[in-house]
Amino acid sequence: MEQATASPQHYNYDIVKKFAIMALVWGMLGMSAGLWAALELAFPILNFDIAEITFGRIRPVHTTLVIFGFGGSALFATSYYVVQRTCQTRLWGDAIANFTFWGWQAVILLGAVSYMLGYSQGREYAEFEWPIDLLITVVWVAYLLIYVQTLRRRSQPHIYVANWFYIGFILATAILHVFNNLAVPVSMFTLKSYSAFSGVQDAMTQWWYGHNAVGFFLTAAFLGMMYYFVPKQAGRPVYSYRLSIIHFWALIFMYMWAGAHHLHWTALPDWTSTLAATFSIMLLMPSWGGMINGIMTLSGAWDKLRSDPIMLFLITALSFYGMSTFEGPLMSLKSVNALSHYTDWTVGHVHSGALGWVALISFGSMYHLIPKLYDTRIHSTRLIYVHFWLATIGIVLYITAMWVAGIGQGLFLRAFDEYGNLQYSFIETVVFLHQPYVWRAIGGGFFLAGVLVMGYNIARTVLAARREAAGSQAAVAASAA
Amino acid sequence: MFEWLEWFTRMENSKVIALLIFFVLFCSIVLYVYSGRSRGERLESYKYIPFEEDDETPPADDKVKRDGTH
Repeated sequence: MEQATASPQHYNYDIVKKFAIMALVWGMLGMSAGLWAALELAFPILNFDIAEITFGRIRPVHTTLVIFGFGGSALFATSYYVVQRTCQTRLWGDAIANFTFWGWQAVILLGAVSYMLGYSQGREYAEFEWPIDLLITVVWVAYLLIYVQTLRRRSQPHIYVANWFYIGFILATAILHVFNNLAVPVSMFTLKSYSAFSGVQDAMTQWWYGHNAVGFFLTAAFLGMMYYFVPKQAGRPVYSYRLSIIHFWALIFMYMWAGAHHLHWTALPDWTSTLAATFSIMLLMPSWGGMINGIMTLSGAWDKLRSDPIMLFLITALSFYGMSTFEGPLMSLKSVNALSHYTDWTVGHVHSGALGWVALISFGSMYHLIPKLYDTRIHSTRLIYVHFWLATIGIVLYITAMWVAGIGQGLFLRAFDEYGNLQYSFIETVVFLHQPYVWRAIGGGFFLAGVLVMGYNIARTVLAARREAAGSQAAVAASAA
Repeated sequence: MFEWLEWFTRMENSKVIALLIFFVLFCSIVLYVYSGRSRGERLESYKYIPFEEDDETPPADDKVKRDGTH
């Protein structure tokens, strides 16, 4: 093993800063797009008959900006930071790391613009057309190379568990991306392509990708974030290192089998559906094991929840991780799925994970990370509290509105009259949904307001740090002269 | 000569084999992690890695040294 020890001054923080700032920028844009999409569902007049901002186009803009723009950039930032700090070595390849930054930003921008212009593969969370898919592949291979080379140059004999989760996420995402996007372009000079799969195999491939994007991109990778930033912020080591090892391997062994639970009661073979539900139920054990491991890290220091708003973000994120990983297996049961599928309950479930787990753990990690990167203090701790409460109220409003919408919708759609005919027409379900949709948009508004507060707080922090650094440089120059 | 390999190419056989391999592997990992006192102490000592960064001191309380002694 090559060894190259580095002091904090010699770490590559520049790349971490760039990704961290862009995570916030994409977060603000993506969540604004999400709020607009939610408002369009409640008040369709907000389409303004402009094709580029109709729901069908703005929805993939929202999902792409928040998952890949915000989440992806946050993962690049934290993984590049964590691998350097836990391996005590500088990130390998400055130029190639910069390539991953510019390449990834180009992917997000091209994706959003192409969706608004009407170009989409129509594959959920993978709407990018084939040239952008190729760019993603190149960026991802570069990312893997940087990560592996940095691990090889580590000064620390053991690879800390957070890196296991990050490397698992990078490898799994590579496999998922390549196989889900196997397609034949119509010609070299068109964005249109045809998938290599068709019929039920296509549906299986899409949900094998879709669910594992949740499992490896939105879960495993953010668990890597959790296993570093929760102990660091708590000032205590993780509760059980051995449990973290079992947590990792159990997720790796089980997650890949669960995707078909998105296709219950379809043309899928019944055994596939049952297998997926079985693995989904089994996933409850590692998920809760990991959640308990994270929360118990605070054992003996619970008072930090009274005094540290960053800890509030991290522990609340873990609580939502526990809640959504209980709700997921519940919804994977065929009997529950018969009610929940094709309703807004699914949308609520996704957002309890995405907002409650992914976004809150990212916010907590960013509040810890950014002042360290700029060697400064956060501009306002009070504003972190404001952000926390805006986010929490927003999530609760969002998911309760979607429970009401989804369960109500499910019950409407399966009610029969005494003659065996459907009791309600489709338009009656639409009328019923208006009220919860308005509440969902209000919840989203709260959440977005919190992110804007964070943007302001971080901008003030970074600007103050830059002024301070410029001042000290000038003082050094003056004393030298 | 290699006809016996064809047995593995049939899905009804290879699926069961794959399941058994993965199951045994996972059980072995669990056994490895939770058996052996000194191994357990060594594995638990790795949780202090985030605090061994060169600009920070490790937490003073319940510190287990890297050699596994308390």
